Amino acid sequence: MLKAVKAAPALRQHRTISYARWGYIFIAPFFAAFVLFSLIPLCSTIYYSFFEYYRSGLKVIGPNFVGIDNYKAVFGSDLLKYLWNTVLIWIMGFIPQLAISMLLAAWFTDLRLRLHGKGFFKVVIYMPNLIMASALAMLFFALFADNGPINSTLISMGVISEPYQFFTSVASTRWLIAMMNFLMWVGNTMILIMAGIMGIDSGLFEAARIDGCKSGQMFRRITLPLIRPILIYVLITSMIGGLQMFDVPKVLTNNTGSPNRSTTTILMYLNNHLFSKNYGMAGAVSVILFLLCAVLCIGVFLVLTRPNDGLTRQERRLLKKAEKGECKL
Amino acid sequence: MKMRKFTALLLAVVFCLALLAGCGTKTVPATSASPEATSTVTEGKVLNFWIWNDELRSRVNQFYPEVESIAEDLSTTTLKNGVTIKWTVNPNQDNNYQNKLDEALLAQDSAAQDDKIDMFAIEADYALKYVDSDYTLDVKNDIGLKDQDLSDQYDYTKIIATDSNGALKGVSWQATPGLFIYRRDIAKAVLGTDDPATVQAALSTWDGFDATAAKMGAAGYKMLSGFADSYRTFSNNVSAPWVTGTTVTVDKNIMNWVDQTKTYTDSGYNNKVQELWSPEWCADQAPGSKVFGFFYSTWGINFTLMGYTLDTAVADGGKLEVGNGLFGEWAVCEGPQSYYWGGTWMCAAAGTDNQQTIKDIMYYMTCDKDTMKAITEDPSVQDYTNTVSGMNELANSDFKSAFLGGQNHIALFASAATKIDMSNISAYDQGCNEKFLKAFQDYFNGTIDMDTAKANFETAIKETYPEITDVVWPA
Repeated sequence: MLKAVKAAPALRQHRTISYARWGYIFIAPFFAAFVLFSLIPLCSTIYYSFFEYYRSGLKVIGPNFVGIDNYKAVFGSDLLKYLWNTVLIWIMGFIPQLAISMLLAAWFTDLRLRLHGKGFFKVVIYMPNLIMASALAMLFFALFADNGPINSTLISMGVISEPYQFFTSVASTRWLIAMMNFLMWVGNTMILIMAGIMGIDSGLFEAARIDGCKSGQMFRRITLPLIRPILIYVLITSMIGGLQMFDVPKVLTNNTGSPNRSTTTILMYLNNHLFSKNYGMAGAVSVILFLLCAVLCIGVFLVLTRPNDGLTRQERRLLKKAEKGECKL
Repeated sequence: MKMRKFTALLLAVVFCLALLAGCGTKTVPATSASPEATSTVTEGKVLNFWIWNDELRSRVNQFYPEVESIAEDLSTTTLKNGVTIKWTVNPNQDNNYQNKLDEALLAQDSAAQDDKIDMFAIEADYALKYVDSDYTLDVKNDIGLKDQDLSDQYDYTKIIATDSNGALKGVSWQATPGLFIYRRDIAKAVLGTDDPATVQAALSTWDGFDATAAKMGAAGYKMLSGFADSYRTFSNNVSAPWVTGTTVTVDKNIMNWVDQTKTYTDSGYNNKVQELWSPEWCADQAPGSKVFGFFYSTWGINFTLMGYTLDTAVADGGKLEVGNGLFGEWAVCEGPQSYYWGGTWMCAAAGTDNQQTIKDIMYYMTCDKDTMKAITEDPSVQDYTNTVSGMNELANSDFKSAFLGGQNHIALFASAATKIDMSNISAYDQGCNEKFLKAFQDYFNGTIDMDTAKANFETAIKETYPEITDVVWPA
């Protein structure tokens, strides 16, 4: 019997059709565009950040190698102040954005609430995301101007007697920028969270309701942990976008970052250097911002993707080794 | 199978073509419309003229005698000798005009002949940047204007556009001396008279100006609109240029402006308008405003103020007559110090192939007395032009401006124009003026104190001009 099986001819099919090379061909255009338009400029930015390279009038000065002089100059300037401006305005806009979008998402996905006109509201809340940021900023600039509609309305309602100059106060200018960021992104965040919530098995909610769970408890114990990946994504993308905040404060304050440079974000500071095409200093700021973004994103990712099983790192390592058979628990 | 392969291949080709859809070449405007027979010049058919607004284009279209036809969308002007002027307008917002101009000039050598810039316009504040470079041509040696042609121009217009080797690189059809324009009705209400000589006696010194401001404040009016209104009058009367070497020296007169504006803002003598050209500043020139006067130069009166102060704009069919808004309710006087404001110069770009036409345009627009007098006498333009003898003629004639209630303001301009001193301009004027105004705006608003404002100015000016090393303040 065994002999017969052993004697069976080994027919091995070598003709496996590999489509792998087509995959490479199809993604080649993307990589070509990426290398040409992103990688080469990135390397060139890092390269020139070590040079003194700017324009004085129409005369080009440089590129002269100066080592880390540019970096020293950037750290010696008010970089921390601009970083603080950027982070503060981002947080002022992000916290309401996250809170309200989660609330709206919870309402819109709750079948028991039976809301009417959900589609209409979803569209309306999402629409500010479609407007160009600079157009929205110009709109706000006109709305909150000294002779603008907001001031006229407040005066005619008797709330204030003289027009309130929104753009001369540090707090009100920062709040306006934060509110604009909020308006633009709350719709996007809401839809993402809705998608996350709708991916949760409704059986869990039914079981919880039968056990007498209240909606607040359901939200905290069931929904939030299960949409954690979406929240991480929202946090990371919003942080990168927040650190790169540029067009809204620039257009709103007419490129001055006023009052008192309190709304000058890092990218606006970088843009100031580009007035004289100062590729050296601008490159240094770019590299610093890039490293900062990378560190923050890696940090957020590591913190939030920690396994949530209640074990310490030592215990987890022992468990892994036991699974591999290297040691006995 | 074959059909599928064919469809797949077709789709792939179509998608690749879509990739290339973004590429394109600049289309050169059709110049074949010009009659070949009459064209005896050996120059290029296209003259590229770079400007930032419509002012220069409408002057050329309206007053240059060799214009044959103008395109409906104003993008080209065809001349009788067959050359077509192609206007490239880049608005000045956010330094956009200079950015685009610089990129184009730096690429001038490698551009196609019909794409090269032939002429471009510049303003006084940054004139030296282009005049003192190799990108502009000498109007006498390269273009062919003669000393005799240029002799009737105001001296300061030539000094501004002269480079460090003494060559004249740009010419202007305008002279822009500045005056103080005030509201006749407010003057009658507070000072008792609207006669320019009497008002000038009250405003002839800064002390007198401040005293009048107090009177205006007490009567419920505002002397000036905002912070930057009187800036130029102070900054044009400094004793040294902004920058020497790599050091910025803030002049004592500029600090006088800071003190005056802070006092006016705190006492309520101005309307706290943050910036010139803002909607609030324009509203302060319209009917219903309580602002007494503005510092304006020549073009300001007819190109700017008239537009803001009419009820019905000319474009909507409004007439230039008394009754339309504040037409006729304004008058001018010299003010406490003489100054100038702006002006547009024309330069020829190196690498041009249209020297002949450029010389002709420059001659008629900036050297020919009759053309320039026509510009001044046209009631919808009334520009103050760059002809000493022409302006003196008008000054001594019975020329009346209905907009100014019948005053002959040309006479005042003529006397002010001779006092303009351009010896202290530098290539850094534009950046220094702008950053200084921005830095001290917060100080006037009370948001920061004087020392923080000074520090902000130092930071801003070193960002704008990386070669600046330090800033010196007066004692």
